[in-house]
Amino acid sequence: MSAHEPQAAFKTRAAAALHDPILKIAVERTAGTAEAKRAVAVEAFPDFEAARTRAAAIKDHVVANLGHYLEQFEANAVAAGAVVHWARTSQEACDIVIGLCRQAGAKSVARSKSMLGEEIGLPHALAEAGIARVETDLAEHIIQLSGERPSHIIWPAMHKTREQVSELFRRSHRDPHAEETIAAMAESARRHLREGMLSADVGISGANFLVADSGAVCTVTNEGNAELSLVPPRLQIVTAGIEKIVPSMGHAVHLLRLLARSATGAALTQYTTFYTGPKRESDRDGPEEMHIVLVDNGRTAMREEGLAEMLRCIRCGACMNHCVVFRQIGGHAYGGTYPGPMGAVLTPAIDGLAKTRDLPNACTLNGKCQEVCPVNIPLPTLLRGWREKSWREGLEPKATRAGIDLWAWFAQRPKLYRAATATALKSLRAMGRGGWLRKVPMAGGWTRYRDLPKPAAESFMAQYRKGRRR
Amino acid sequence: MADQPRIALFVTCLVDLIRPRIGFAALATLEAAGCDVVVPEAQTCCGQPALNSGDRKTAEKMARRNIALLEGYDAVVVPSGSCAATMRVHYPEILEHDAKWLPRARALAAKTYEILAYLDEVRGWRPDDVALPATATYHDSCSGLRELGIKRQPRRLLGAVEGLSLKPLAGEETCCGFGGTFCVKYPAISNAIVGEKAAAIDAAQADLLLSGDLGCLMNMAGKLHREGSAVRAFHTVEVLAGMGDGPAIGEDA
Repeated sequence: MSAHEPQAAFKTRAAAALHDPILKIAVERTAGTAEAKRAVAVEAFPDFEAARTRAAAIKDHVVANLGHYLEQFEANAVAAGAVVHWARTSQEACDIVIGLCRQAGAKSVARSKSMLGEEIGLPHALAEAGIARVETDLAEHIIQLSGERPSHIIWPAMHKTREQVSELFRRSHRDPHAEETIAAMAESARRHLREGMLSADVGISGANFLVADSGAVCTVTNEGNAELSLVPPRLQIVTAGIEKIVPSMGHAVHLLRLLARSATGAALTQYTTFYTGPKRESDRDGPEEMHIVLVDNGRTAMREEGLAEMLRCIRCGACMNHCVVFRQIGGHAYGGTYPGPMGAVLTPAIDGLAKTRDLPNACTLNGKCQEVCPVNIPLPTLLRGWREKSWREGLEPKATRAGIDLWAWFAQRPKLYRAATATALKSLRAMGRGGWLRKVPMAGGWTRYRDLPKPAAESFMAQYRKGRRR
Repeated sequence: MADQPRIALFVTCLVDLIRPRIGFAALATLEAAGCDVVVPEAQTCCGQPALNSGDRKTAEKMARRNIALLEGYDAVVVPSGSCAATMRVHYPEILEHDAKWLPRARALAAKTYEILAYLDEVRGWRPDDVALPATATYHDSCSGLRELGIKRQPRRLLGAVEGLSLKPLAGEETCCGFGGTFCVKYPAISNAIVGEKAAAIDAAQADLLLSGDLGCLMNMAGKLHREGSAVRAFHTVEVLAGMGDGPAIGEDA
């Protein structure tokens, strides 16, 4: 991936994140609020469980019949006047977008936040092509100003506090806010962004859904920036992953009900728009051309390689909001486009397992992510699947392998296991005063931060054999 | 279910080595609940460390080994949600490709229980004449909660302990950061998670911390002790067996 940080240093990035008290405050404010609001929304939803079962079934059906629905979508989009492009890789996708911008003689594009755009490295590709980019989503605007990458799929700037954003706006905006209020800061961004949006030659967005039976593209935002980015320019480009397809508007609406609630706890986003083709004769405004770039970038391979369930994902972010690891280290530490549990499944597929094996391992397998997933993706199972692949391919650290091998050898030989553990218990007990061990060689990972209860003088099995009953 | 079922007690490797008391408490409660309890001699570990490390082959070997060891009993009872879930949920998953062993894995899974669920739901047992004048707060260990649906069972059982009152724990369903090998592979992240958990436990202002998994309990109790907290930790089954007045985790000299 073009704009990615080096992958080898997950632990280094995680350590830096753990030492950043501002990051912790920022993550807790946003994820904590989202967690509480989601809980209220789900509680109030009549039979959420049935709704998520149906949502999973819709996505599974589409993923199993992807070719059929994509062809139907293409036919209907073309009939509505759009042009459909197919991209196998991120490079092909970027080349198509840049080619369209150049053809149109575009000097600037207005971009509405899209994680697929991040995934394929579109911001970087536009910069390389010398095309100015106006990020119109407020959080993406913050990210663009600070020269960072998104740290969350819903709130790209969630790692920043409002205090930090205020300072950034003061430095970067021509006519910044005078008052230290959120409303004044939003006004400052609005003044700054409006001009860029309205004067852009091209509008680029992603898609939350592609509706097969109408050829419509659906975007959801809370700021209306997708509409303002896509409607005024002469040329509209939509880049979307092929798994975004749904059979009909009804299916899209069912998933929308779960998407907004799972993401922010709201019943619906402020703006939900379906775009079908470019401006028609009877329309008062709209783009003259609409191009839709359908991107595979490993999705077909994921379907064939045991990750089909991951293609259910509707990018709500609930898994990361509820993840104990994400809540401690934030999104940047993951090092990929997508953070949190869903990112730990996707990133090895996109960037390769050799560089990313830490991600599926840095998880307690507590299952909360699957519990809150609106399409019931078995994230722990998929993460375990990556661990198995990493083990098979010899990517796990030698010490881990040696430890498991040694333990497994004894665990299959009960008599030797009893003898070896009896010896180990003795030496461990010799290390401690009272009931606790404060420092244990080879177990520094534990005792650096916590005390270890001193093990028993004799194992349960030994005591039981001698006739102890309680 | 026979009137006096013949059950295998699988104590788990952590209980065997770190806190045998939990094994004896399990034995006592199961016998009080009318079971004929056998402790199979050749038991070691359920295979979870291999399963969660990605060592599928070893996990499968351990699964076959434990199936052969335990399938002859009316039920298998385990004082740990995560070890019980390994047998109940994951053995059939990892042996799915093995036509010979899959039926045996499924049969074992169907009669394997986490002890609190077994005592409450299968035996309908309640502690009789057990008193513990104390306040306690309860942490729901993740595997038991999400893979086996253990939530109300321990609370129902503890409700029958005279003098014991439960105090709410903020984030009672939030992972403590143990995660098996996770806590030693990513100790700094694990520490940050258990640090928050320990603070929440302290804020609950209870005398005792109770839970159903020794791994999680060691993690939380170890952090509480390092931080100088006075909260004492027990496995739930110890309290149910009337052993809650003895040494807590880390108090065995």
